[in-house]
Amino acid sequence: MHALSVRQLVKIYANGVQALAGIDLDVPRGDFCALLGPNGAGKTSLIGIVTSLVRKTSGTVRVFGHDLDHELNAVKSAIGVVPQEINLNLWDKVSNIVVNQAGFYGVPPARARRRAETCLRQLQLWDRRHDSARTLSGGMKRRLMIARALMHEPELLILDEPTAGVDIEIRRSMWDFLRAINAAGTTIILTTHYLEEAENLCRHVAIIDHGRVIVDDRMAAVLTRLQQEHFLLTLREPLAILPPLPGFEARLVSDHEVEVAVPRSRQINELFAGLSAAGLQVASLRNKTNRLEELFVTLTERKDKLPASRPGETRP
Amino acid sequence: MSLRQQAVALATLSRKEYHRVVRIWLQTVLPPAINMGLYFLIFGELIGARIGQMDGFDYRQYIAPGLIMMAVITNSYGNVVSSFFSAKIHRHLEEMLVAPMSPATIALGHMVGGIVRGILVGLMVVVVARLFTPLPLTHPLITAAVFLLCAAIFSLAGLINGILAQHFDDISIIPSFVLQPLTYLGGVFYSINLLPELAQQLSKLNPILYIVNAFRYGMLGVSDIDIGAAFAMMLASLVLLFVVCLVLLERGTRIRD
Repeated sequence: MHALSVRQLVKIYANGVQALAGIDLDVPRGDFCALLGPNGAGKTSLIGIVTSLVRKTSGTVRVFGHDLDHELNAVKSAIGVVPQEINLNLWDKVSNIVVNQAGFYGVPPARARRRAETCLRQLQLWDRRHDSARTLSGGMKRRLMIARALMHEPELLILDEPTAGVDIEIRRSMWDFLRAINAAGTTIILTTHYLEEAENLCRHVAIIDHGRVIVDDRMAAVLTRLQQEHFLLTLREPLAILPPLPGFEARLVSDHEVEVAVPRSRQINELFAGLSAAGLQVASLRNKTNRLEELFVTLTERKDKLPASRPGETRP
Repeated sequence: MSLRQQAVALATLSRKEYHRVVRIWLQTVLPPAINMGLYFLIFGELIGARIGQMDGFDYRQYIAPGLIMMAVITNSYGNVVSSFFSAKIHRHLEEMLVAPMSPATIALGHMVGGIVRGILVGLMVVVVARLFTPLPLTHPLITAAVFLLCAAIFSLAGLINGILAQHFDDISIIPSFVLQPLTYLGGVFYSINLLPELAQQLSKLNPILYIVNAFRYGMLGVSDIDIGAAFAMMLASLVLLFVVCLVLLERGTRIRD
């Protein structure tokens, strides 16, 4: 049984905008799925429909076999959602927010308070439980929304850009936490603009563009579609004219930096052989873009809408 | 979700709304008490002394039930409309919308919040009124029933306003341009028997007239309106408004895209 199964899902808003043009998507139980797409691709509309905040125009949605149209309460009970925007009652106390959320799902108060302690401790918010939400930092508010979404122990957790605006240290601790709850059996669907995040966390990737799923496959399989990778080489000595590197497309970015495209058919050792033959001393090498990001740009052809890349640096 | 789980959800929402009222008591409970104190001072003490008696009662006593109802109406309505609309604008209403709470649970939970504020403010006004005049309690059960019904009716009316409102203006238009005039013309300060025949008939189209007179009957034992008709009107309004709330919440009108 799939955690989420969507068929021919269409959403046309009252102003005539078609956000979803017939989406088909299956997310297996226990999966960690990245839902990617440029701004306006339809990701948030899809999540809105699945969480019943947005009414669909047509199509079917099933969550663990429960039909959204006929078993809405079963669908709602199975899902925990962390929205893109901060939607906390900022005047309420941290503990009240999570305990009340459990209550809205019918969890009795005593159990809700025990569960709140577990969730708040896991997300390092227990010490702030008596504070009002408005006093929390941006990262803490995001973690509080995750704690809130987990209060009723959902089988499917949907996170819409949960790490937006969160510093790298907290982001990595959130990744560890998400990996742990996924390993414990919770199915996770994640949308993010940090494609490094999707590549690190997710086993399955679905890319939406113009309201349609254009890629739906295992992460490893998707990455094999990448035809070439771009590397930036930092040179030890300045260079005025770049000597030819046979078999590779290369250009001088600055007097100390060279960009090289390495096709999948070639090995990186061959590049270094060529560099040595040309007498070039390389101080460091890094990916110009994240691999998934490169593929994403190719597939969606919207380079102008992507966030700045976060290349990982390696030494030859 | 089972009935028991819905009961837990209802208790949670009711508690949340109660805490909201109590947490901001300086905004919710105190100002109406001060306002009503001023009404008693100006209309009761200063002007009322020159008016003399109305329907056999001292004018201060005569206006007290109406002023208590006026406070209950304004505050029950205002509590729910501001709570719901604020949750909608700041999007924490989604906490309830994504949960398997039934529309009835959401409507009743907000209604409880409105009733709590209506009762707290109403009791504060009773205390203030007692500073100016003795308050008889001729029919305690009728008084309590009207108190509760009035708070419940206007809580639901406030919820409808909150659901339909899209801008901050939308939550002040109804209280300012509909509720307040109807309250002032609803027999708070006068008996409709003082009005010309046509005005009397027009007044009987005003639902607040029935509530004020039913409450006055409970306290003083006098009313311009048949008490049975008043209760029929209140119960019918309660049912009608509750059904409208359920339909709007079920459809997701202006709360789901």
